[in-house]
Amino acid sequence: MVGSKLNAADHFGTFKARWGINRMNYTVDPGLYALGSPTSESDVYVTANYKLSFDKLKSALPGINAWILVLNTNGINVWCAAGKRTFGTAELVRKIIKSRLAQVVSHRKLIIPQLGAPGIAAHEVKKQTGFRVIYGPIRATDLPAFIESDYHSTPPMRKKDFPLTERLVLIPMELIPALKHMAMILPVIFVLSGFFGPGSFLENAVANSFFAIIMLIGGMAAGTIITPAALPWLPGKAFSFKAMAAGLITSVVIFALFLMFSANTLQTGSVLSMFLLASGLSSFLGMNFTGASTYTSLSGVRKEMKLAVPLQISAVFCGIVLWIGSLYMINT
Amino acid sequence: MNNLMYLKDVTTLKLDPEKCIGCGMCVEVCPHEVFAINSRKAEIINRDACMECGACRMNCPADAIRVDAGVGCAAAVINTALGIQTNSCCCVIESPDSPPDFPKDCGETSQKTGCC
Repeated sequence: MVGSKLNAADHFGTFKARWGINRMNYTVDPGLYALGSPTSESDVYVTANYKLSFDKLKSALPGINAWILVLNTNGINVWCAAGKRTFGTAELVRKIIKSRLAQVVSHRKLIIPQLGAPGIAAHEVKKQTGFRVIYGPIRATDLPAFIESDYHSTPPMRKKDFPLTERLVLIPMELIPALKHMAMILPVIFVLSGFFGPGSFLENAVANSFFAIIMLIGGMAAGTIITPAALPWLPGKAFSFKAMAAGLITSVVIFALFLMFSANTLQTGSVLSMFLLASGLSSFLGMNFTGASTYTSLSGVRKEMKLAVPLQISAVFCGIVLWIGSLYMINT
Repeated sequence: MNNLMYLKDVTTLKLDPEKCIGCGMCVEVCPHEVFAINSRKAEIINRDACMECGACRMNCPADAIRVDAGVGCAAAVINTALGIQTNSCCCVIESPDSPPDFPKDCGETSQKTGCC
């Protein structure tokens, strides 16, 4: 038996999962749960065994007595698991049989989140188990309104949008892997810079790499933070293009700040190379946000990649050549 | 948030009006209001909003809908192109006809690609 109220540990667990800490082990055991004290007349809600999904469902049903049937999706949320069909007809039928649901409840209906539909064939479930699938609203928070309107979703309840808050919570998922890569690349740039110039190794390294490092961090931030946050306002439709634009804007801002506040003179080659690298990097990182977004199609992603990936590779290649070239120029 | 529309003229979605029985399941499951029922038949009213999730095809009892379902995820496309075997959970490209079961060690790669 479970209650609908979330405690501090649940909220802390959510926070950790968003930052990628132990995300893949954030699960609940599959099977049938009693929310409150349900009877044989009570509704049956189906969800995935990702604890975030389970928590959202039960906290959306305060004071309601119901059954919750948790499918084994290996700790993946409903929508992603439905795409893989682990949240699917076969698993649902298995769990209905295993939990003896037909004996537990007297009615024959299941409420399944609409985003589970890519994995579930409602007519197949009916044929195999006798249970009728009712697709509930996309957001668990709409469940009380859904119940009130006699188990019907209004069109807004059926539409998946991608609001700012939702985009923001997805940022760490893109940012953390990118930071790990940066932690490897930036020291290389620093050390390489030390070999060129009139001063000591350390003086050279600082003087030559400072602009480059700031520009690359800017490019990374543009692709992983600015692109998700400013998605609707960036130009274009392709994520690689939106992110390239974010990278260019960031580069211009950083360059302008350097012109205003830095005593060091910047070489044209170095500036150009960093514009190429930062916007290429941003474009690539932002393109990967398609996987987290809620409206990109596979055909569309393939189409944008056909053009974007060769351009990204060229930009990065030219950027590296130009930057190393500009280092050599210092010595001559 | 109407300006969040993806590329035009790319979706593989097809509806066969001959087979359609007008049950409205596609309208009910589509997360982007691609379908509407008009004179007892389903109709595609917003084709470019389709994200090829496959929900409509899966739930069409008359088998009137065709779509190459998949997840629009660049990391998955890269992994597939490079021949990297991923068990990542949603970042995987597969046909709707592939078996419903998958290896149990799903997880590690999806954490890297960040798609789940």
